[in-house]
Amino acid sequence: MTMDRQDVSARITTLIEPFNKKEIAITDATRFTDDLEFDSLTVMDFVAAIEDEFDIIISMNQQAEIENYGQLVDAVMKLQS
Amino acid sequence: MTDMLSENEVAQHADLFSKFDPLIKMRADLLSTGVTDPFGLVMERVLSPTVAMCNGRETILLGTYNYMGMTFDPDVIAAGKQALDDFGSGTTGSRVLNGTYSGHKAVEQALCDFYDMKHAMVFSTGYQANLGIISTIAGKGDYIVLDIDSHASIWDGCKMGDAEVVPFKHNDIEAMEKRLRRIPEGAGKLVVLEGVYSMLGDIAPLKEMIAVAKKYGAMVLVDEAHSMGFIGENGRGVAEAQGCLEDVDFVIGTFSKSVGTVGGFCVSNHPKFEVMRLVCRPYVFTASLPPSVVATACTSVRKLMHAGDKRAHLWENSKTLHKGLTDAGFELGTKEPQSAIISVIMPDLERGAGMWEALLHEGLYVNLARPPATPANMTLLRCSLCAEHSAEQVQQIIGMFTRAGKTVGIIA
Repeated sequence: MTMDRQDVSARITTLIEPFNKKEIAITDATRFTDDLEFDSLTVMDFVAAIEDEFDIIISMNQQAEIENYGQLVDAVMKLQS
Repeated sequence: MTDMLSENEVAQHADLFSKFDPLIKMRADLLSTGVTDPFGLVMERVLSPTVAMCNGRETILLGTYNYMGMTFDPDVIAAGKQALDDFGSGTTGSRVLNGTYSGHKAVEQALCDFYDMKHAMVFSTGYQANLGIISTIAGKGDYIVLDIDSHASIWDGCKMGDAEVVPFKHNDIEAMEKRLRRIPEGAGKLVVLEGVYSMLGDIAPLKEMIAVAKKYGAMVLVDEAHSMGFIGENGRGVAEAQGCLEDVDFVIGTFSKSVGTVGGFCVSNHPKFEVMRLVCRPYVFTASLPPSVVATACTSVRKLMHAGDKRAHLWENSKTLHKGLTDAGFELGTKEPQSAIISVIMPDLERGAGMWEALLHEGLYVNLARPPATPANMTLLRCSLCAEHSAEQVQQIIGMFTRAGKTVGIIA
C-alpha cells in the first residue's frame, strides 16, 4: 500500500522533530546540512529513523542526492513504491 | 554556457585550497596556544620496538602498531638483509608483470599456513587490500552493509566501487539485520566488519553478526588488522577467538602492525579467489613490495605462528595498563581491556593536545586521535601496547599518565 505525498511528509515531519534542535520551520526547500546543521552522526540517526519508519533502505549513494526536505520526501515516496 | 575568453582576458582565479580553510584555522589556533605539534613528531633514532629518541629524549613508545615487537627480531632482520643482497632493493613492477619474485610467493604461502586457508593475495599496503577487494567484489546492483565506524580504507573501497553502501550503527546486530532484511531479493550482499576497532580498541561480536549475515545469504569480509598475531589461540584474530573464522569469506590484514613491516593481504577459501589477481586494480596497477619487505614479512608471519608466550605477556600488559589507568581516574574507551589498544578519552582537543605534550615531556609517546578519525567527535589518547613492553615499563607508563593527568587537570 502506498501513501500519498502528504502522508509521507507528515510522518517525516514527526521524525525530524527531535533532530530539529533550533525548531526551524520545515519547507520542501529546507536543507539538512546548511539549514538544519545536521552533522554526519545526526544524519546517520535520522536516516535510520526514517528507514525504520518506512521499512526501506536509503543507501549512502541515494543520500548523496538528497540535500533538502522535498527531495527526501520524494525519495521515500519512490522507495516505497 | 559561457563564451570563450578573448586573448587578453583572464578568468577570476578560484583557489581550490579554500575548502581546507577551516582545518588550517583549527590547526593554527591549536598551535598558537604554544603546544608542540602532535602531528609533526620526528623519531631521531629507534632503539628497540618500545624505545626511541624524540627531541633528544629517550621515549617509551606506546603509540605504535608494533604489537608483537617483531621490528628488531634478529631472524626478521637477517631475512631482510639477505633478500636485499640476493634480489636487490625493489621489483620496479606490478605483481602481474615483473613484480612477483619467489619471496612474494613465499609470504603468500606463509599466510595460507598461518590462517589455514587456501588462498592469499599480498598487496603493497593494507589500505590497498581493503580498497581493492571491496571495490572489486561488490559491483553495480550489489549491496555493502558495513559498520559506521569502519576504517577509512573500507569507506574508500566502498566509494571506489559501484555497489549500494548501507551503514549501520556500531556493533549493533539488530540494526545490521534490519538492513540485510530490506535488501531486494536476489541482490549480492557483502557484510564488512572489523575484529578490533582501532579508535576505542573494542572488538566486534563477530560470532553473532556473522551468523546473521549468513542467514541472509551475505558474504562476509572481516578486517583483522589490529588483532593479527595477538588475538586468538594461533593469533588469527577475533574471528578465531570467537570460533567463527570458518564462516568468514575474506580476511583482510596488514604487515604494518604485528608483522612489523609494510604491506597488506587478503586470505580466503573462495574457489574462484585467484581471479582477483587479474581484476583487482589496486593490486594490478601498482608496484609490488620490495624483496626485503616480503622476506621480513614471511619470516615474521612464520614466527608469529609460535608466539603463544608473547601473546600471553601482551594480554598481561593490556590488563595491567587498563586497570592502572582506570584506578588513576581516567575515562577509557572500553570497560574491560578487549585488545592491545587502550584508548583514553580526553575532554576536548585542546586539553588532549596538552596532555599529549605533557606525556611527551615525561618521555612517553602515545597517539593523539581526533575527528574525523574518531567516533562521536571524540578526542582520544590512544595507547597501543607491545609484547616487548616489560612489566616495569607498564608501571612506569601508569606513573607518567598519572603525573601528566594531574598537571593538565584531566584527573584530580
